[in-house]
Amino acid sequence: MKEYLLIIISTVLVNNFVLVKFLGICPFMGVSKKLETAVGMGMATTFVLTLSSICSYLLNEYLLIPLGIEYLRTIAFILVIAVLVQFTEMVMHKTSPVLYQVLGIYLPLITTNCAVLGVALLNTQQQHGFIESALYGFGAAVGFSLVLALFAAVRERIIVADVPAPFRGSAIALITAGMMSMAFMGFAGLVAA
Amino acid sequence: MLNAILSISLLALAFGLLLGYSAIRFRVEGDPLVERIDAILPQTQCGQCGFPGCRPYAEAIAADSAEINRCPPGGETAMLALADLLGRDPVPLDGEAAEEAEPVLAVIAEQECIGCTLCIQACPVDAILGAAKQMHTVIASECTGCGLCLPPCPVECIRLEPLKVDTGSWRWPFPTTPHDQMKAG
Repeated sequence: MKEYLLIIISTVLVNNFVLVKFLGICPFMGVSKKLETAVGMGMATTFVLTLSSICSYLLNEYLLIPLGIEYLRTIAFILVIAVLVQFTEMVMHKTSPVLYQVLGIYLPLITTNCAVLGVALLNTQQQHGFIESALYGFGAAVGFSLVLALFAAVRERIIVADVPAPFRGSAIALITAGMMSMAFMGFAGLVAA
Repeated sequence: MLNAILSISLLALAFGLLLGYSAIRFRVEGDPLVERIDAILPQTQCGQCGFPGCRPYAEAIAADSAEINRCPPGGETAMLALADLLGRDPVPLDGEAAEEAEPVLAVIAEQECIGCTLCIQACPVDAILGAAKQMHTVIASECTGCGLCLPPCPVECIRLEPLKVDTGSWRWPFPTTPHDQMKAG
């Protein structure tokens, strides 16, 4: 039990995928202009990441390893993630139009989110079991959502702040991201994982 | 080697089948009736039916909350096509639509035109040609006779004239809907 808790804390804070491992930077910069969209993106990513880390674990364990074709992992995982996102989108469109509207365009965008593939690959690299994989994916997604929401909230305030002209727009956003990244490094040593 | 090719191909095939199946299984139905009604309407977006455009009117017809006889640009042809599509009885054209049932054309009395461009902005099909402080004129082949250019004209120099049928303008009565004609033309 303690082990699982450590995985969650480790992925959310210590080894945060965006600010420490620098995965999934594209949505981090792209979808963080408003808090609402950031939360939507975070929800969609959490859903897909958890599901895809489970599916890629199953695929790796029961198809790739028995057949001795682990070297095709990347292609197989990309395939699984893309199919999963498409399938989820279709089912969601049919069964829950409200959620479909909330997640909207963010769902297909996740297909190309490198954090999703990164989590799947790291899972196999670190030889996680089934529950560990699922928790690792979930924790990574929670960390991603947390940072995205924090960053969006900061950016909403930056817009109304008196920023010097050369720093306006993306420049100040990147500087802010860098400072957040440094702040998150303060979590290193919180757990040894 | 063969092992790898086969298994990845099979995996891709299985996923393809899954997605293909779910595309059919989880298809979200739009309202096909609205699409078909919208296809019959002339798409002038003139608003004379009392709705903000052709599509809202089509939705109202599909929801059974509007009569099929409210479209002057479509005229009797569109009304009959709608009656045919919906299995309703043909009804005489309503109100304004009835008065303008015969094809009319907007004509600008050019010596009175002051070049204010107000009618150009009102025209839903861009059938009026002109510029500020220049004389305007109506492109006869584009005008649908909807009459929307009449109210904004400050000097009342636009009239609707019945389209005189002569050897130049007479056409074979095509058995098509106005929408088909617009697409062809």
